[in-house]
Amino acid sequence: MLKEKYDVIVIGAGPAGLAAAIEAKKTGAQDVLVIERAQELGGILQQCIHNGFGLQIFKKDLPGPAYAQRFIDELAGLHIDTLLDAMVLNVSSERHVYATSRGSGFVELDTRALVLAMGCRERTRAQIALPGTRPAGVYTAGTAQRFVNIEGFMPGKRFVILGSGDIGMIMARRLTFEGAKVERVLEIMPFLTGLTRNYVQCLQDYDISLQLQHTVKRIIGNDRVEAIESVQIDNQRQPIPGTEETIPCDTLLLSVGLIPENELSRKAGVSLDPVTAGPFVDEKMQTNVPGIFAAGNVVHVYDLVDWVTQAGMLCGRNAAQYAIAERKHLGRRVKMKAGDNVRYVVPHVLDKESLAESAQRLQMRVTLPIEEPVWVEVMNGEERVTRKTELYVRPGEMVNIDIPQSAYDAVQRASELSVRIVRR
Amino acid sequence: MTQEHRKFICITCPRGCALDVTMEGEAVVKMEGNSCKRGIDYVTGELNDPRRMVTTTVRVRGGVHPLAPVYTESPIPKPRILDLLAEIRKIELRAPVKFGDVVIENALGTGVNVLASRNIPAKSEAS
Amino acid sequence: MADKKYDVIIIGAGVVGSMVARFLSRYKLDILLIEKDSDIGMGASSANTAIIHAGYDPKPGTLKAEMNVVGNQMFDQLAGELNFTFERRGDYVVAIGPEEFAKLESLRQQGLENGVPGMVILNGADVRRREPNINPEVSGALWATTGGICDPFGVVVAAAENAVVNGVTLMTDTTFEDFIMDGKRIVGIKTNRGDFRSRWVVNSAGLYSDVVMHKAGLRPEFKITPRKGEYYVFDKAEITINNVLFPVPSATSKGILVTTTVHGNTIIGPNALEIDDKEDRSITREGLDEIWQGAINLIPSLSLRYSIAEFAGLRPGGNAPCANPDVNYNKDFIIEIPKEVEGLVNLGGIESPGLSSSPAIAVRVVELLKGAGEKLEEKSEWNPIRKARPRFRDMLPIEQKLLIENDPSYGRVICRCENVTEGEIVAEIHAPIPACTYDAIKRRTWLGTGRCQGGFDTPRVVEILARELGVSPLEISKKGKGSEFLVRPTKDEEAK
Repeated sequence: MLKEKYDVIVIGAGPAGLAAAIEAKKTGAQDVLVIERAQELGGILQQCIHNGFGLQIFKKDLPGPAYAQRFIDELAGLHIDTLLDAMVLNVSSERHVYATSRGSGFVELDTRALVLAMGCRERTRAQIALPGTRPAGVYTAGTAQRFVNIEGFMPGKRFVILGSGDIGMIMARRLTFEGAKVERVLEIMPFLTGLTRNYVQCLQDYDISLQLQHTVKRIIGNDRVEAIESVQIDNQRQPIPGTEETIPCDTLLLSVGLIPENELSRKAGVSLDPVTAGPFVDEKMQTNVPGIFAAGNVVHVYDLVDWVTQAGMLCGRNAAQYAIAERKHLGRRVKMKAGDNVRYVVPHVLDKESLAESAQRLQMRVTLPIEEPVWVEVMNGEERVTRKTELYVRPGEMVNIDIPQSAYDAVQRASELSVRIVRR
Repeated sequence: MTQEHRKFICITCPRGCALDVTMEGEAVVKMEGNSCKRGIDYVTGELNDPRRMVTTTVRVRGGVHPLAPVYTESPIPKPRILDLLAEIRKIELRAPVKFGDVVIENALGTGVNVLASRNIPAKSEAS
Repeated sequence: MADKKYDVIIIGAGVVGSMVARFLSRYKLDILLIEKDSDIGMGASSANTAIIHAGYDPKPGTLKAEMNVVGNQMFDQLAGELNFTFERRGDYVVAIGPEEFAKLESLRQQGLENGVPGMVILNGADVRRREPNINPEVSGALWATTGGICDPFGVVVAAAENAVVNGVTLMTDTTFEDFIMDGKRIVGIKTNRGDFRSRWVVNSAGLYSDVVMHKAGLRPEFKITPRKGEYYVFDKAEITINNVLFPVPSATSKGILVTTTVHGNTIIGPNALEIDDKEDRSITREGLDEIWQGAINLIPSLSLRYSIAEFAGLRPGGNAPCANPDVNYNKDFIIEIPKEVEGLVNLGGIESPGLSSSPAIAVRVVELLKGAGEKLEEKSEWNPIRKARPRFRDMLPIEQKLLIENDPSYGRVICRCENVTEGEIVAEIHAPIPACTYDAIKRRTWLGTGRCQGGFDTPRVVEILARELGVSPLEISKKGKGSEFLVRPTKDEEAK
């Protein structure tokens, strides 16, 4: 049933992968395959049973699985091959794919264009070097979410959550809905790192206390978590002696960040940006390896799935065009640089000619919040290429700016463009 | 009449304005912190008829998963959320479940349906 | 079970107890190996630096020195027979600056006195060539070519499995409580699972070896003081160290190493902190800071950004004086058949170089028993070979293909970071020593030790364990009773 050679292979059937596969097929790629490690399509959306998906692109407020179902149904109608419960072991820069599954065994596949859509993994307890014992009852929020929503089991009764990211807050409400007690949410930063909407609807609505500039000092308990010792931290992120509090609980949930999952990308020779931990990409979402594209959280962590779908579509379209016409890079490119208060900008490089076709969108995240109107400016040295205003900027919310086609000439002159945030 | 201050965070748009509302009894006499009119609508809503979308899971028998995610088609009154969760807890669906299946019609008399968020195939269907 | 009389009961299935069981399993003896934890090797044996030491470090004339050097030499044959991972790579004691260089020669002399072959003093340029990221102030190194690295838990499992296959009975979750005495003769032991009769008892209880021997009224002044050693583990894709690097040793410890491991990860550590609690394996801010300072002295370019795990081990450090009164050392191994009671082989204070010494200690135990009049008759059917189970990630694509064709469950990858398959997990659950907890599977397959630290695999492993053991997922635990992962179904009627 599987072909030996495909036009486009997509690794990962989450929102980015599904959108890429569908768009690739619609663009004209005949043989398209999606490889997914879970036993069903949909990726992480299947366990994100809360709503808030599709507000932008469907103008509807959907739960994650419902959002995914739309794409799953569309894919089914398009004769796109799928390989489920399968793990890609290796990818070469010549786009040779090695995968293994129980059903199909060991498979070797070739493809004209490859889309990397593997999403993220969660930052672990070990990566933040949380001191203390190593009992049962310490989970990343996503793993706990999988148990509660898919496997159908509660991982504990009394919870402390570290991190005010969206997944932590969502889980606080979810666990409360299923009869557990969330004792505290601790956040190391002096600001909320997730969406304000979630703070209101997940914590405030259920009287769950959030403590900013607090963290876990150590985990207590031998076989099972028995308590968390929390501590307040100062503006230099140092613990303040005397502020320790022992919070009895049986489970610690960690919501301390997502890391793009690029081990396969690395194996394929794809260069990674150390700031995003994702591949360097151009405006077509192509990496430095010809014919290898990337979309979604594997490139950088998004805040709304609607933008992931858009990126997946853009990527799938370009991957298909590459497969059909093996369109190589045209001429000159301009590098994007992160300026004042910008942590990173994607895409990292822009084909100068791309502005002849359409405006080009830049996506970024800011380093620090500014709760006042700002200018988002694209600069060529001291020359301003374009700018727009934002009422405020926050690290938890992605910021976009479009370089209009009218900036074509300005961009031709530039060898490097920087993006910065300036107070008005 | 004594004045009371209450704080809200408006969630109509992602901005999340921090609203300081001065009340006299049940009436709003002053509001500060909102960037637009929608803040007033939000507070009015929160005071008179606060509503929320509710998403949770329901038991499934004979499906590829033991639970199916469900959601309210539109927001339900906030004070009824716990009752709704208790109602959902009593239900067990039989697979196959289809996206959009009505799990509870007119839940608790609110006029809002609870729907299945996705397909859950029956166990034998799966390969 | 309670009425059965054994010839030998071994208390503690760490590397020492397992090796003793394996070497004794050669003889026509009924042997019971008991272990208080839910799995073998959960003490010092699975939380150490995984080094098979060359033997230049222990003081000459001590049992530590003797057992280390003899044990080291046994590892090639043993690894071949038992099929655990062992690489005789050589190790380096790295001198930073001229003062440290002067100490290398005395270390080499000490090694010669201990009978360690193949030691060479290198200059700074040699070391830089072999380890390009070494501190540029490196002045030289002692290169001990007989040093090696292994998978320490792999050694325990291999030895214990071979023992079990050759007739040894293993009982986990079985805690020694007291001896059963007939006058001065030990005739059995009391445990939480009942009484067992035996002609001989071997004390290989590691951290609790003092508690055990005190129950027989022996060596009241002997005390085990746990010495905690903490470690960082690094991402093998980001940090590559070629060698085993020691600093020049201090009075209290071999120092903080930077070393490669058989799994390809670089680890740094351990520190050495004396504590009271024999179960305190917590990692501490101070301990991690200390090992970090030590490590960057050897490899300044290390970055904590690439650490993926931390762990701590407890050394069962004893205070026994060397049996040879001419040797001034009071932290030596106890390996004896004491005169005060009959029927006991007493092993105590087996800390580093315990792993390296373990096969030599086992051979010594056999000799002691012979010396005490035991007629050890060999079993004709004794099989010293233990076959290794397939490790998917170590196989070539063609081997992987054949493995999957033979058993499709090897086609399902469960741990994405370390490429551990369902077939391997199932094989460990049904192995001669079954793995019944998540950590037991982790120790055997290396699953869950990569970047995501079990984030992806945990729900799947719980499902597989529940299925294979025929129990509810609610009973599956991380490391034994009391550490279950899940507390109730999401839709438990009683919850609200």
